[in-house]
Amino acid sequence: MENNNMNLTLKVWRQKNADTKGAFVTYKAEGISPDMSFLEMLDVVNEGLIHKGEEPIHFDHDCREGICGMCSLYINGRPHGPKGAITTCQLHMRSFHDGEIIVIEPWRAAAFPVIKDLAVDRSSFDRIQQAGGFVSVNTGVTIDANSIPIPKVIADEAFNSATCIGCGACVAACKNASAMLFVSAKVTQLAMLPQGQPERWSRVQAMVAQMDAEGFGNCTNTGACEAECPKEIKMTNISKMNNDYFSAKLFREEGVHEHASSGE
Amino acid sequence: MSLLNAKIPEGPLAEKWSKHKFNLKLVNPANKRKYDVIVVGTGLAGASAAASLAELGYNVKAFCFQDSPRRAHSIAAQGGINAAKNYQNDGDSVYRLFYDTIKGGDYRAREGNVYRLAEVSVNIIDQCVAQGVPFAREYGGLLDNRSFGGSQVSRTFYARGQTGQQLLLGAYSALNRQIHLGKVKMYTRTEMLDVVLVDGQAKGIVTRNLINGSIDTHSAHAVLLCTGGYGNVFYLSTNAIGSNVTAAWRAHKRGAYFANPCFTQIHPTCIPVTGDHQSKLTLMSESLRNDGRVWAPKTVEIAKQLQKGAIKANEVKEEDRDYFLERKYPSFGNLVPRDVASRNAKEMVDDNRGVGGSGIAVFLDFADAIHRLGKDAVSAKYGNLFDMYYQITNEDPYTQPMRIYPAVHYTMGGLWVDYNLSTNVPGLYALGECNFSDHGANRLGASALMQGLADGYFVIPYTLGDYLATIGPKPVDAKHPAFEKTKQEVIERINKLLSLKGTKTVNEYHRDLGHIMWEYCGMARTAEGLTKAKGLISALRADFWKNAIVVGENEEVNPALEKAGRVADFLELGELMVDDALMRRESCGGHFRLESQTPEGEALRDDDHFAFVAAWEYKGDNQPEVLNKEILDFEFVHLTQRSYK
Repeated sequence: MENNNMNLTLKVWRQKNADTKGAFVTYKAEGISPDMSFLEMLDVVNEGLIHKGEEPIHFDHDCREGICGMCSLYINGRPHGPKGAITTCQLHMRSFHDGEIIVIEPWRAAAFPVIKDLAVDRSSFDRIQQAGGFVSVNTGVTIDANSIPIPKVIADEAFNSATCIGCGACVAACKNASAMLFVSAKVTQLAMLPQGQPERWSRVQAMVAQMDAEGFGNCTNTGACEAECPKEIKMTNISKMNNDYFSAKLFREEGVHEHASSGE
Repeated sequence: MSLLNAKIPEGPLAEKWSKHKFNLKLVNPANKRKYDVIVVGTGLAGASAAASLAELGYNVKAFCFQDSPRRAHSIAAQGGINAAKNYQNDGDSVYRLFYDTIKGGDYRAREGNVYRLAEVSVNIIDQCVAQGVPFAREYGGLLDNRSFGGSQVSRTFYARGQTGQQLLLGAYSALNRQIHLGKVKMYTRTEMLDVVLVDGQAKGIVTRNLINGSIDTHSAHAVLLCTGGYGNVFYLSTNAIGSNVTAAWRAHKRGAYFANPCFTQIHPTCIPVTGDHQSKLTLMSESLRNDGRVWAPKTVEIAKQLQKGAIKANEVKEEDRDYFLERKYPSFGNLVPRDVASRNAKEMVDDNRGVGGSGIAVFLDFADAIHRLGKDAVSAKYGNLFDMYYQITNEDPYTQPMRIYPAVHYTMGGLWVDYNLSTNVPGLYALGECNFSDHGANRLGASALMQGLADGYFVIPYTLGDYLATIGPKPVDAKHPAFEKTKQEVIERINKLLSLKGTKTVNEYHRDLGHIMWEYCGMARTAEGLTKAKGLISALRADFWKNAIVVGENEEVNPALEKAGRVADFLELGELMVDDALMRRESCGGHFRLESQTPEGEALRDDDHFAFVAAWEYKGDNQPEVLNKEILDFEFVHLTQRSYK
């Protein structure tokens, strides 16, 4: 396998913190095995930097199996790199070739300020979920699970929306830095299920209002979000959310009050 | 040595929990808002506990080191969650789930706890469905089940291969609702570095803000540790990179006993290691063993050809294949418990019949299932797992068998807790994988999610109230000198770590520790090997504090510093695990002492001498820990040699 190893040039965005300006810094990544994951390649570079007493390149990561949504990275102009339907941690170096120059940037969006180097602050996503991404049931008051039959096709569709990992690739891919795909995935999951009906109209309004307050851009239907989503969440979620949003605004304004009063 | 009392309620098994709930003191609804509770960790146990306690009216402060509570490692659980619903009419019951779990744990768990776990399992499914968790369903609209290792009924609820994700997002949504209502204050990118004791009671924690390095103290009437397991002591495991023992270990050094540390689970179906660059191992869900058949070549010659790539797996004739689990365990076949499946895979490799380039793997073959069910049906069940396997290995499991090998996955050991989930330190609780209580010496598949949510949704809301009612709602004195003293100790330790300017990276120490643990405290353990490991770990730890390099400063984002603190704790834990494994001269579940096996090579327990929980007490730096015992009484089940033949 030794002879398959690659030498690469990395151009990495380095930025000390949110208050300082960043810049690209060039690093050599040598003897990289095609079996390494992209993040393992960065680990190797970082070990080298630490040995020289330099600060390692900071990036977010945790589960390294494509499900926690913590890893990000804008690689050669694409969120999560050149392959479709995977996160950066699942990207392997066999997708690159010897001598290649790889440009690595953080997610770029006003609502995702840089924390350090390649890591950004995505707490805006949490705040949108907190605004209404739930069914208001307390622990312990529930009825038998099988007393709510749900047609398999609907359950499967709701599941497809529910697979969102909250990584933010949709925002990074969008020229408007819109979060519509992320927000619509949760809105649609709950709007399709019987459990989500009581708060359906208030939920969509509350989550969209929070999305706007966080400074995400508008959707202009370019479809970059769907193309880059590692979990292949579909843009039809956005259409369904728009439909619910306008229904709620036009015909069900009282939903907002219901939501506010459900607070206490 | 002292004997510990687990405070298991008296009476018939099925009545213990109901009676206990009635006997527990209640906190008046108007008084609940006068109590503060700290919850560390936001996985299934932490998120469900924080949300449920906030719903009751307590003021909760929740902490996680990730950038969002939704990222906790529960999210990565694949296969499913057990519940004794008996929706399949196949003979399941609360008692059967209890019995399977006790037996699966090789009779090293408490009857009372395990029965309660089985009892509340049914409520968990109801709760999750009400939250909108999209479990798999049948065409009639009702919930689907599948079978899982170590059980002969179909009681596992699942959401494709992403059950942990969907359950965690359910708990996260309940948590979000309480954050929205102002009952939970959430601290993300914040790591707990110590627990504060006032007059022997837990009254707060010290944390480090991972963005700006600020060291802060937080006070509360009780502290709940829901910080997961310590599998990363092995360096390579299926845990997330950030998973660590620090919160539990800091609590241990403040007096909380650490129970059965050597009970670790090595999961049989993981993707094999490819090289030194490897940073983690990826699990392939146990559910794959429902349809996949495990085999190795019958002869060393064929294995050698497979290793060299001279022949492909598909070219090995049926009569040259050894479906070793089906051969040795005809009644359970490929569905034997994890410890049994793992040891048998190791045996094949030790017998030089392993496959793949390294020879350290066996096959998991879906050819039969694809032939029987069709590719689409197999894809509907396992599609995301097959995709994941392909991404990592560049091999297509639809056309050739997967290569799998065991990897560290879960730790049954953890902080000692009584029936109320209280550690021996009053006011300090441990939930989920962080505690030791329900899985004995081996955890059955789909039981971790069940335990995390049982502890958080259905146990702690009752048991914590009893403690809070006892101590009363008087505000905690956040100015007590213990807070500042503990904070200064945390700062001293950080400064000590930052002063290390040696020649070897923290990651290199971690990898060395992992090699020692895997070699001597992994799937097979001997007195000789463990004794050797103890010396090696102790020397490695001494070297760490002299020669490690820790770059950067405290007052900034500094993952090198975070990792250094965690590895320093793993270096201490590793030695305790070895001590525990050395003390336990029997084999049980995942703890296999070569000196103690049946003529057939199965784990041989020694119930006369080891039917106890080992709860280790910290006695100071470089002092031997003291062993305390909790005797396990089996009133209801008869202890037998586990057999899956």
